[in-house]
Parts: sequence; C-alpha cells; structure tokens
Amino acid sequence: MLGTTIREVSLALREGRLSATELCKKCLKRIKKTHYLNSFITVTEELAMKQAQEAEHRLLRGKPHGPLDGVPFSVKDNFCTENIETTCASHMLKGYCPPFNATVVQKLLDQGAVLVGKTNLDEFAMGSGSTDSVFGPARNPWSYTSSYREQSPEQDPDSDWVITGGSSGGSAAAVASLSSFMALGSDTGGSTRNPGSLCGVVALKPTYGLLSRHGLIPLVNSMDVPGIITRSVQDAATVLGVLQGRDEKDSTTVQFPNLATSLPEDFDIRDICVGIPKEYHAPGLSAETLTQWGRVASMFERAGAKVREVSLPHTQHSIVCYHVLCCAEVASNMARFDGLEYGHRSAVESSTEALYATTRHEGFNHVVRTRILSGNYFLLKQNYDRYFVKAQQIRRLIAEDFRRVFQSGVDVLLTPTTLSDAARYSDFIQEDNRTRSAQEDIFTQPVNMAGLPAVSVPTALSSRGLPLGLQLIGQSFQDMKMLTVAYWMEQQLGFPIIRFHDAAERNTDERDQGEECKLRS
Amino acid sequence: MSAVFSCVTPRSAVCAHLDPHDRFSPALRVTGKRAGLVFPLLIQGSSGLFFCFISISPQLCGVVGLEIHAQIHSNSKLFSSSRVTFYSPPNSSVAFLDASLPGTLPVLNKRCVEAAVITGLAFNCTINRKSLFDRKHYFYADMPAGYQITQQRLPIAVNGLLNYSYLGGKKRGQVMSRRVRIKQIQLEQDSGKSLHDEQNSQTLIDLNRAGVGLMELVMEADMSCGDEAAAAVRELQLILQALDTCQGNMSEGQLRVDANVSVHRPGEPLGVRTEVKNINSARFVARAIDYEIQRQIKVLESGGTVVNETRAFDNKSGTTVSMRDKEGLQDYRFMPEPNLPPLFVYEGVASVPAGVDPAQVVLIDRLEAELPELPGVRRARLVEQYRILPEHSFTLVNEDGLVDYFERVIQNAKAEPRKVIGWVMQELLSNLHQQGLKNLHVHQWPMTLSAVFQEMWKTPEKTVRQLVKELDLGLVSDQEQLLKICQRVVDTHPEQVKAGNKKVLNKLMGAVQKETKGRADPVQVKALLEKMTS
Repeated sequence: MLGTTIREVSLALREGRLSATELCKKCLKRIKKTHYLNSFITVTEELAMKQAQEAEHRLLRGKPHGPLDGVPFSVKDNFCTENIETTCASHMLKGYCPPFNATVVQKLLDQGAVLVGKTNLDEFAMGSGSTDSVFGPARNPWSYTSSYREQSPEQDPDSDWVITGGSSGGSAAAVASLSSFMALGSDTGGSTRNPGSLCGVVALKPTYGLLSRHGLIPLVNSMDVPGIITRSVQDAATVLGVLQGRDEKDSTTVQFPNLATSLPEDFDIRDICVGIPKEYHAPGLSAETLTQWGRVASMFERAGAKVREVSLPHTQHSIVCYHVLCCAEVASNMARFDGLEYGHRSAVESSTEALYATTRHEGFNHVVRTRILSGNYFLLKQNYDRYFVKAQQIRRLIAEDFRRVFQSGVDVLLTPTTLSDAARYSDFIQEDNRTRSAQEDIFTQPVNMAGLPAVSVPTALSSRGLPLGLQLIGQSFQDMKMLTVAYWMEQQLGFPIIRFHDAAERNTDERDQGEECKLRS
Repeated sequence: MSAVFSCVTPRSAVCAHLDPHDRFSPALRVTGKRAGLVFPLLIQGSSGLFFCFISISPQLCGVVGLEIHAQIHSNSKLFSSSRVTFYSPPNSSVAFLDASLPGTLPVLNKRCVEAAVITGLAFNCTINRKSLFDRKHYFYADMPAGYQITQQRLPIAVNGLLNYSYLGGKKRGQVMSRRVRIKQIQLEQDSGKSLHDEQNSQTLIDLNRAGVGLMELVMEADMSCGDEAAAAVRELQLILQALDTCQGNMSEGQLRVDANVSVHRPGEPLGVRTEVKNINSARFVARAIDYEIQRQIKVLESGGTVVNETRAFDNKSGTTVSMRDKEGLQDYRFMPEPNLPPLFVYEGVASVPAGVDPAQVVLIDRLEAELPELPGVRRARLVEQYRILPEHSFTLVNEDGLVDYFERVIQNAKAEPRKVIGWVMQELLSNLHQQGLKNLHVHQWPMTLSAVFQEMWKTPEKTVRQLVKELDLGLVSDQEQLLKICQRVVDTHPEQVKAGNKKVLNKLMGAVQKETKGRADPVQVKALLEKMTS
C-alpha cells in the first residue's frame, strides 16, 4: 500500500479498505526502517498519530476534508511548523520551535493531511547535494535498490552510496523511499527538481507568486518557491490545487482568477508545441541523459506534437548572475540571526559585537558564511552597480528570452533536469559546494530567474540503475497545462517503482516486505 | 549655485539669500532666485550686508538642513498587525515580524501609506504614483532583522515646500517669512528601544516601538540659523498635528529632529557638515544649531578643520559633543526589499486598473478632498476675519486649543475681536504660562469669560471684579471646598486614578473644573489631585 499514489490511497481510505491510523503507522515504521537514509531530521510520531486518528474519525463518518485527508506527508526542515523544531539543518536554529505554521503547511493540515516529519537539507538550503547538513548527508534510496546494488555487488553499502541531490534531498528521499506520499521542498535554483530527478520522483516548482512563501525560511526571496514532491504527476496537480492561491501574509502572491485546480480533461498532445533549447546541450551533459532527452523529444514528435529547436541565448550567464543575487539576498536575510531573539547564542558575552560575531561564526557553516561575506561585498556602495545591478539586468534578459520563446508559440520547453544520474557521495565531495552548485543547477536555475513553473519527470534508469529525469518548463501561471504535458509523458515512459535490495535493507521487517515493494499500478 | 548665509551673531542674525556670482554686482540681487523661488529681502539695516559685499573674505555663516522622523499616528505598525502603543509593558506589542522571526514577511499598512500621501499633499509634494522599498543594513540590538525597511531609491513623495515664519528682526517683533524645500518624504520602520543597565552591564531590548511607521522628511539645507530651523520644525509639527498623521510630541519621540550643520563663506563651496542628534524640543533645535554653527566657526577661525561626524546635543550644557561613532565608515549595503512589490497609489477611481479593488488602494483625490484647514490658511483666515495682527494669528495657532477658545469667546460674547485678542495675548497667556499650564484643558473658561465680556459691554462702568462677584464667577480657592470636590472626583474615577499618569491628572483636573464651572484655582487643584493620586 505504501508504494501507491495519493489518488489510490485516498480512495482506499474513503472506501474503508485502509484506516488512516494504520497507514500512518506504516509510514512511521518505514521511516524507522530507512533511518540509514538520514532523510528525516525530526519525526513527529505522536502528533502524526493524533492527526491520523482525527482523519480516521472524519473518514469513518464519511466526511473527509478532501483528497488529502489522512494522507501522510513530510516537510523540508526550512518550513516553519508550529511548536515543531525547525532547524534549516543548521546549528544556528537547533532547538528552535516556531510559534506558527507556514501557510503551505497549514493548508495541508487543514485538508487533514498527516505530518510525519521534517526532512533533511543542505544548511539553509544552500547546496545541491543535501550533503552540507549539520545532521550529516542524506542518502539516495536508489543506492539500496536491486538495480543499483547488482551493478556493484562487492561494494559495501555503507561507503558506496549516491547522493540525493539537493537541497531538498530529504524530502525527495522520503517520497522515493515510500515513507511519505508527498513532501514539501523549496526551490530557489533547482532545489526541488534536482533531488526529484536524482531520486526518481515527480518534483514541481510552481510559478513564483502562485504559492505563499509565508513561513518558508528564505534563501533568495525573489526566487524561492515551495516545491511539491510526489510519486505521480496527478498527485502533484492535486497538491498544487490545494496549495495555490493568494495569501495576504505574502504580498508577492498573486490573485489569479479562474485558476485551474486539477488537470484538464480535454487534452490533445497534437495541439502542443514543445521547444528544445539548443543552449541546454551543455558541457558535462552525460551521454545517457542526452539519449533520454532525444528519445522523449521523438516520442512527442511521433505522437503528433510539434517539436522545434529554440534559443535562450542568455542562459549561459544565469549561474554567475544567480551567484551574485543569491549571495546578496543571503547576506541580508541572514543578518537577523544574531542570537538575541532566538536560535543559537554564543557564550561569549564580553560585548554585543563579540556576541554577534561568535554567535554567527559558531552557528553557520562554512558555505553560509562564505555566501554572507560575498553578498556583503556585492552590496557595498562601490560594488553595487558592477555586481548587483548588472546581475539584475542579466536576470531581466534571461526572463526576456523565455518570454520571447513562449510568445513564438511554444507551450512547454523540454530539457534535462540534471547533467547525469546521482554521483557517489565520495566523488561528489571532491569538489566544494560552490563548484557543485554551479554545475548542478545549470538546467534548473534560469527558470527561477524568470519565475516560471517547471517540473522534473522521472524518465528512465541509467546503466548504473539510477534515475534520470527530464524537465518541462511552462509559461507563467500555466502550471496545470504544463502538468498535463508531464502527465502524458509519464504515461508513455512507465518509469519503474523502486525495488529495494534485500541485503541492503537493514532491519527489514519481513512481513511488510511484499507490500512495500508492490508495483505502482 | 546660490548661497545662504547669516552674518554677525547667529541668534538674531540677519539672513539674506544671494547668488554668489552677483557678489560684486551693484544690482544687489538680494531677492536672488533660489531654485525658482524668490526670497523676500528681510534686512533691517544694510551695514551687515554692505560689509559682506565689499569684504574680500566674507563672514562665515551657517547652512542648516534637517532630517525629521515623524511617527505615523496609526493603530497598527507599518508592516505588521501589532498595535502601536505608548506606555505599555515592554515587548507586549510585538508581532512575529517585529521580532524578525525567520519566515515572516512584511505586509504594508494602508493607513501608513495614506498618512504619507496626506502629508505629502499638505507640503505640495509630487506624490510618486509608484514608489519602492529598500533594505538598509546595520547591526543594532534594537533592530532585530539586521536591516530597516525604508524608501531609498524611490520615496513616496518628493519636491515639496514648507512655508514658515518666525518673529525676528529688532526686538523680535517682525514676522519673518521663509520657505524650505522638502526633498522627500519616505516611509520606513522605527527601531526598538535599548535600555542600558550599566550596573549589570546588560542591554535590555524593548521591541514595542520596532516596526512602527515613520515618515522621514528630508529638508534641504535652505536654513541658516537656529531660529529658522526651530520655526520650520514648529510649523511642521503644527501641520502634522492638523493632519493627524503624527501626534508630534517631541519629548515622547513622536517627532525626532536631526540637523545637518555646516559653515562656509558665501560663494564658496559648502563646508564639511556634522550631524547633530538627540534634540528633543523645538527650543533645543535653535540652541543646538546655533551652538554648532559657532563651534564650527571657531574651529575654522583658529585654523582647524571641521570633522564629518555625528554629534549629540546635551541640553544641560547647551553644547554638542562628538558621538565618536563610525558613521563615516558605515556602508548600509542598500538592496531592494524583495518581499514587497512596488507601491502604487492612484489619482482617483478612474485610474485604478482593472482587476484591482479600489477599496484596497490609496486614492489621492479622496485624500486631497479631506485635507483639513492647515495652520497657514488658518492664520490668514484669522487675520482676515477678525482683523487681528499677523503675529497674533501665530500665537493663536501655535498654542494648542487657543484658536477654538478665541473663536468661542467671540461667538458667545459678541465682543470686538481686537479687544478679545489683546486680553488673550496678554492676560490669558501670561497667566497660563505663570501657572505652568501648557494647554487649555479647561473648556468651561470661554463661557465664563464670555459672560464677563458681555456684561462689560452692557455696563462699562462696572469693574471686572464687581461683575465677577455679581455673576458668581469668582475663583474657588477655598482649600476645604476644593478638597471636597477633588475627593469626589477621585472617588468617581477609580479606573483613571489606578492608571496614575500625567494624562490622567489632566483628565481629573478637567472633571474638577467641570464641577466648578471652571472656577477652581488650577494650582491648588493640581496640588491636591497629585497628592490624592500618588
């Protein structure tokens, strides 16, 4: 039952074939069993059981709140959860319990969804591997599947494992390892789509302004969006329908009349024009990913969709431009962490300045400190025009590229999500965070510059037995249309369900084994 | 470029505005143009001026600009829903945003925008239809986010004018009219308050004030001495109070003035300026600025240089002292506030774009239609309507409640306004000041006074003393009688007695005067009530 989709499990709950508490227990058990993945920072066992009981009451009375009632979910640990520790995987916020829920979390709770835990990430969402967490790296569940282990049977699973991607690696791993039916991530430069692709799950980055950021601890306010991770495109659409809409607590959310809340029924792939940006043939793109990209493009073509090459000439400048804007906003956003009102506070109290300096030095990791330092440099009076203003100008050009392409009649763009499948942890950490972020975000990052919707769809397994994903990019506020194309794609691709390798899975509860590895229908 | 200078002594300085290129011109363009404005020539004797023109090295004179922070009179803060309160327990009015909890976002308060627009309109500013918010960064314990949200690039209102006047010239008997350009009005957040506990070497933070809306008004360096600056501040204060966009109490920090002061020789580039802070009354504005001008002149005349620094005014010694901060090195690292979209205000309903709810936006024409009578207009009306002297109109308008009082007396007594004004100016005010009463809280007085005036009109042969006796309008100063009345009032206002602050005392005094039809001796009543409530 755990391997099914929200759609199926929701139906089972409503028809009484499954109880919400039973489902919740299974997920909690699954979290314990996959503890070695390090995908969770906090497991909210007691609260989850309480919520599940309440959902069960409603379901028994035949009055569920909606399609998510009783469905277990997890949340990246940079979303505020009322009275539940919210750490951003940083020493700075260890022990911090916010007094309020993020709007997106509240909306899911209001729908009766059951929160099972808070997931691991790179500290303050700065990274692309989920390797720079104060709680240690998250591991990709596909490291423990038959498909991967059979490629390297002699290797020790404790040293030979691949990264989840990041920064929402914990959320992607939680959904991929069947611990949750959905998870919230955040996406600033690809942080939802990147791990979604590497962990073989559907990862949606909605249009900027469609979902509230209230309660999302910011990385780059002008690019952050809450991301949705599920095991099917339908499920992503369902969750999007619940979460989207104006929030008076976030002035950047948009009131959009007649917004679709589910996938449209009348859809003909032959009406769709798919653009293939030529600049996305980037150096470092793996042969396998390139092959999949070509395969899916032909698939669209064969089905009667228009497929044509387009150009996004300013894409190449996106990463360096992002670096400047990201660091500048980070420097500003992180200024509040001074140890006075909340969070870590140094024992050095010889002066207010000394307290600030040591608190911040002790609280932030090297990556965060480096970005703060760079950001402050970019914002200095004598540098502002050369860096920040220039970066904003380039950002506008990048957004303009997309606008022009969509205006020319293209409905969606098809691109790779990542350069290749997931790297081994030991290989990944050979390069520093800055280098990795620049490499890994290359296909996902321009989308955030332009505020567009994008979704990573699991496409195939690589020769190493690891997931490969492709990305669809849509027009502003045409999220549902984009998801419709993604849904069509998903139907054609038949991406396999995860199959855990018996030897790799420690503490396996034999009784549940068959059920958990059941194929998704 | 034109110059502003004041010569001789700063307090009673004669201020003239000159175009430096005309220094030796016989045309004496002393009504020289300044930014398109013609300044009236206000010179008593020509000797000082003459000296300036023939001198190779004219006198050093002051150049003064002001930055004024006015707390917006609103129920809730600029970006959060917490109440704006005074005298409430520390940290009792702090929303999550005010404490900068991570994940919180600013939501702009419409009332604060309206207040800024109303204020801008009152100063004939151009209201920017689109304005922007920026972050200004600096670490300070009572600024929890590490930055202040302000309007650095594109403020809500620009290019305004403040007309003000003051009594100057010989014996300070002449109305001097001036105008100062208002560069901009910007919306920004107030900070919290730090309390330094020296004994335990701790700093305690109260965030009640953090996030309260401020209007920062930047006045160009069009002033040349303390009198001018103080008069400009006083006029600004009156206007803000009339608009009800700021309560304007300087001692409570609702209106805070920083002065930028420099000295130079007319025609030469402006000198190095200092910023004088910590000025908490209009009177101190004049003293602080004049002290600073003199100090800078002395520094330069003794061969020294003026340092660009922030100085604090010490009202006990009447001097300014260096704050020794690193202000000069501070780089605020300004950045656009990414969580607030551009602020749009609209001319009227017709200009509101489709899809935007007119009830949710700020409409300039509506606010303009509701502008109250401003002090300048009010003075002109008083002069016109009652044929009183312009300087009297100033005194009437400057004292809180005095215009109403004056007009009620005239209305009720049908007395000759010029007679009434004489009495008000001399007797009433000097008595009020002697008794140490700031405001006219005693609303019964005009009725009493009217009665006396009316009788005097009818029977001019009777003395006021006689009339007062006949009409039983005499002062109640019998200690025992007053004690009884006061006790009764205290007993019937238990709530207010409990709260026990200065404002409450005023309320109780009002109640006593109500009972006695305004005849109780205020000095005695005050002393009695103070005793009873302490």
